[in-house]
Amino acid sequence: MTHTGRFRLWRGDAEGGALTDFDVEVNDGEVVLDVIHRIQATQAPDLAVRWNCKAGKCGSCSAEIDGRPRLMCMTRMSQFAPQDVVTVTPMRTFPVIRDLVTDVSFNYAKAREVPAFTPPADLAPGEYRMAQADVQRSQEFRKCIECFLCQDVCHVVRDHEENKPAFAGPRFLMRIAELELHPLDVADRVPAAQDEHGLGLCNITKCCTDVCPEGIKITDNALIPMKERVADRRYDPVVWLGRTIRRRRG
Amino acid sequence: MTETERHDYDVLVIGAGGAGLRAAIEARERGLRTAIVCKSLFGKAHTVMAEGGCAAAMGNANSRDSWQVHFRDTMRGGKFLNSWRMAELHAKEAPDRVWELESWGALFDRTADGRISQRNFGGHTYPRLAHVGDRTGLELIRTLQQRIVALQQADHAETGDYEARLRVFAECTVTELLTDASTGAVAGAFGYWRESGRFVVFSAPAVVLATGGIGKSFQVTSNSWEYTGDGQALAMRAGASLVDMEFVQFHPTGMVWPPSVKGILVTEGVRGDGGVLKNSDGERFMFGYVPDVFTGQYAQSEDEADRWYEDQENNRRTPDLLPRDEVARAINTEVKEGRGSEHGGVYLDIASRMPAAEIQRRLPSMYHQFKELADVDITAEAMEVGPTCHYVMGGIAVDPDTGASTLPGLYAAGECAGGMHGSNRLGGNSLSDLLVFGRRAGLGAAGYVAGLASRPPVDEAGVDAAAAMALAPFDPPSGDLPGENPYALHAELQQAMNDLVGIIRTEAEMTAALDRLDELRTRVRDVAVEGHRQYNPGWHLALDLRNMLMVGEAVASSALRRTESRGGHTREDYPALDPQWRHRVLVTRRAPDDPDPVVPRVVVEEAERDPMRPDLLELFDLPELEKYYTAPELVTHPGGEPA
Repeated sequence: MTHTGRFRLWRGDAEGGALTDFDVEVNDGEVVLDVIHRIQATQAPDLAVRWNCKAGKCGSCSAEIDGRPRLMCMTRMSQFAPQDVVTVTPMRTFPVIRDLVTDVSFNYAKAREVPAFTPPADLAPGEYRMAQADVQRSQEFRKCIECFLCQDVCHVVRDHEENKPAFAGPRFLMRIAELELHPLDVADRVPAAQDEHGLGLCNITKCCTDVCPEGIKITDNALIPMKERVADRRYDPVVWLGRTIRRRRG
Repeated sequence: MTETERHDYDVLVIGAGGAGLRAAIEARERGLRTAIVCKSLFGKAHTVMAEGGCAAAMGNANSRDSWQVHFRDTMRGGKFLNSWRMAELHAKEAPDRVWELESWGALFDRTADGRISQRNFGGHTYPRLAHVGDRTGLELIRTLQQRIVALQQADHAETGDYEARLRVFAECTVTELLTDASTGAVAGAFGYWRESGRFVVFSAPAVVLATGGIGKSFQVTSNSWEYTGDGQALAMRAGASLVDMEFVQFHPTGMVWPPSVKGILVTEGVRGDGGVLKNSDGERFMFGYVPDVFTGQYAQSEDEADRWYEDQENNRRTPDLLPRDEVARAINTEVKEGRGSEHGGVYLDIASRMPAAEIQRRLPSMYHQFKELADVDITAEAMEVGPTCHYVMGGIAVDPDTGASTLPGLYAAGECAGGMHGSNRLGGNSLSDLLVFGRRAGLGAAGYVAGLASRPPVDEAGVDAAAAMALAPFDPPSGDLPGENPYALHAELQQAMNDLVGIIRTEAEMTAALDRLDELRTRVRDVAVEGHRQYNPGWHLALDLRNMLMVGEAVASSALRRTESRGGHTREDYPALDPQWRHRVLVTRRAPDDPDPVVPRVVVEEAERDPMRPDLLELFDLPELEKYYTAPELVTHPGGEPA
């Protein structure tokens, strides 16, 4: 079955832009990205869109579809009625480069600020032993395809440019949780999570979890456990006493 | 002289998939200033789509596994055409490369005793693939990406600059290699920033090509838009040779429905974990397709095949796990003979073979992919699958130990390099290939740079020519006439390659393909693009088309020349394996007398594959070798008769 779909795409660049209407053929089984490609091939050859795998595995084709952060390759046309106007706009939290493509370098800068995996000094490659039950928690976070939709939707930075320097965003707070939960990692990132990466700014509204195309429970499984670890350190009197004594000895 | 942004590095790596990242890590760890240039964002390369796993004979799941068994499996899979030295290095070094990833933070699935779990795959004697569910490629690329960040953090701690020794130029496309006008040695590369369309010149005495495959020349493919044969074409235009380009792997199981997802990969892990292929009669048809060379190595009844999953010592493996070329041809035959599924594939059934929860645990992304894209619940019904263009075994001819191409200073690793897999690659051998030979190419490039007395100068005329070539689509010779639409031309190329140089080939069709490519080569000069240079996908495609056409000709010409069937090259007019062809490889390079700068013609020449080292040959029994080799080649085998 084929029908003519109505699309409204944001076109423009850093200077500004506007929504542009397109009438375009839509076939059964297609996703939004298929239709965008058809617009490119037949009506607007210079329409800028970032994509790669078209199978929900690379996290390149992030955009906002009718205002909701989504992957274009995983949004099926069958969820819209044929007469619906489908509006596609670039991710709002990041600066526009052109059309649907945004500058996501914020995320790569934040990635560099999280201290890397720190292996135990006494184990050589090949000697690692970990139980499946123990790696599973971090494995959930390593499903992340870095589509940055969680970063886009998070209201700490979505409409608050001023928070960006102090806030790593859900993706990289989750990266900290992943390393903290890694059975063999020896570094301590708990104080830095709060002091340098802005964990305290998160007020667990779960918007990140809602938009995650991988279904990762970012808030419940990564952010809240990290907040608990911070709270345990800061407010547990025994830990406080222990730290104070250790500091005196040192 | 063209005014452009310029950068100097010791080693320039083109491509940021597994091979490129591993090469860059090695070059940086050897103290060289290294740049990575990639068409996409950092961490998005096609490696993320690898699902099943990374083959390495660690022996965690079966202690009888060893590099020798892995080597034998790889050679059998490639029908003994492989560069045996590459297969040897690969089998020996893969375990260290996997363990190294763990020390960089990778989290593979575990065995009960806490080691890396290994899964079954086609053509592998023992469970051998390190994996993370069915998203192993993502784990690999993220680990390498994070390792690069770790090295940048170390440089930042020391120098205050994250990019002091290792920088990633993301969304930057290389359109031409630059050479030293006097010696022909590699001197750098020319490219453009996708974001701005501005040009950039890299000068570097060593360049590592790690650009991946060529699948976007075919209509039905599991490959992403990036796979336009860039490395293969860049290498040929600069004067290096390709080898084995006739061998293209059609993965047996791609999605077939709905049309918009046709070709998307369904991991071989489905079969490795117990899924079986069935035709429209419900018959497990693979039992009828075990070829002579594998007789006796595969189960002959469903009962035996099913017992094998539990007891591999006393049963033979299911023919569902024959090498990919065999399975793809079998599916093709079933469909052609009218026993296909509703949408022109066959059925892949795992739903009836294990509990739903188990399927979701082992194959989460397959479950997700079918649910989201096809409305199919794979825990309740069978998948429909069919062959999809997946991988090119051929590629840039390299020295096995160093990754050096035939052009001084040019190195290659991963899918864009040729030889390792012979005529057919085993599943799981790609991720390990990236790691083993990515590292070796990084080492090779580092060694070459260390031994140079002076850096070769970039030929400025080459820079000007590359700039003019890149701008041509904005000012096509057709002038006021409407130029060719790059998207339409691309679709025609894909159709021609798919229909005429696909799974089953004939002389007449390949000759027709070469005629079509000839015509497209003329028309590509008239490609016209609209708009300006800033993030303009039409322009980007117009430039990629040159590479796809040149590589398309390499594939079709080599395929026409090889008058036998072997691995990923099946000739309807020459259906048998011919031992006289086993030791001959086809080398493709730019025609020396064709000065055309746009899409130069290629020439194909025959070359002899070196005879296998005797100690490696002895790893095989004589009766098996006799199925592939000519008698005179086997006189040195200890079991051989004196000639």
